[in-house]
Amino acid sequence: MIELGKYAGPVLAAWGVSLALLAGMVVQTLLADARARRALEQVERNRG
Amino acid sequence: MSIWEYANPVKFMRTSSAILPWVAAGAALCLGAGLVWGFLTPQDYKQGSTVKIMFLHVPAAMMAINIWVMMLAASLIWLIRRHHVSALAAKAAAPVGAVMTVIALLTGAIWGQPMWGTWWEWDPRLTAFLILFLFYLGYIALWSAVDNPDSAADLTGVLCLVGSVFAVLSRYAVNFWNQGLHQGASLSVKAGERVDPTYKYPLYLCMLGFFLLFVTLLLIRTRTEIRRRRTAALLAREVRG
Repeated sequence: MIELGKYAGPVLAAWGVSLALLAGMVVQTLLADARARRALEQVERNRG
Repeated sequence: MSIWEYANPVKFMRTSSAILPWVAAGAALCLGAGLVWGFLTPQDYKQGSTVKIMFLHVPAAMMAINIWVMMLAASLIWLIRRHHVSALAAKAAAPVGAVMTVIALLTGAIWGQPMWGTWWEWDPRLTAFLILFLFYLGYIALWSAVDNPDSAADLTGVLCLVGSVFAVLSRYAVNFWNQGLHQGASLSVKAGERVDPTYKYPLYLCMLGFFLLFVTLLLIRTRTEIRRRRTAALLAREVRG
């Protein structure tokens, strides 16, 4: 068991916020890339 | 072979596609291992368990500054040599840098409250970091505000040059003013041990993980920008008939 002592609150808050921001950034990057890829494929398909 | 070959979008897309899985795997491995190792480190005799915040704060702060330096290099390449991929790379890096700055500011505040007794202090390094964050926001906003992509790249390039002053200040404010709450660099090439090896090695791993994560995101986001640019060019061609 990990012992965080009396500073458990700040430690977990810092880690929670940071990991959420990192994960959010990764997800947003992948979604935007997938959208851009689909849009380009669509335009190229329309051009024949 | 010249480095400028990668300024060609086709060459960039081909090369980045080949290296992306390896960089992403390296990022996941280093970041995962570094963070787990860091979280499992024992409590510090002075800081208690708040020492674990260092594994996020230090790499994020390091990346916040270095990403701006990378954007500066890319902007200079755009301004001098007019390579579109470099301008798009700078644009792609900015949101990642902004998130890194937010993580550094938030984790610093959360650590500062129990250790310094305050969430925030108008200390030279903290203030320079806050201004750097505002520059990131301004840079992102300027890209969105200007319709012509070449004009946007020119204007944001100049903004990047100005903001570099604060990127440098964020790093060296402690040395310049020698005052304020923020301590000196945790890791330094100068003699004298600042961080115990118990914490130093997981910290190095986290720093490497953050760097590789940035490279992964930069490659994906630059590829996204190239695709958007290509889509816009094709649509414009269709409209012109």
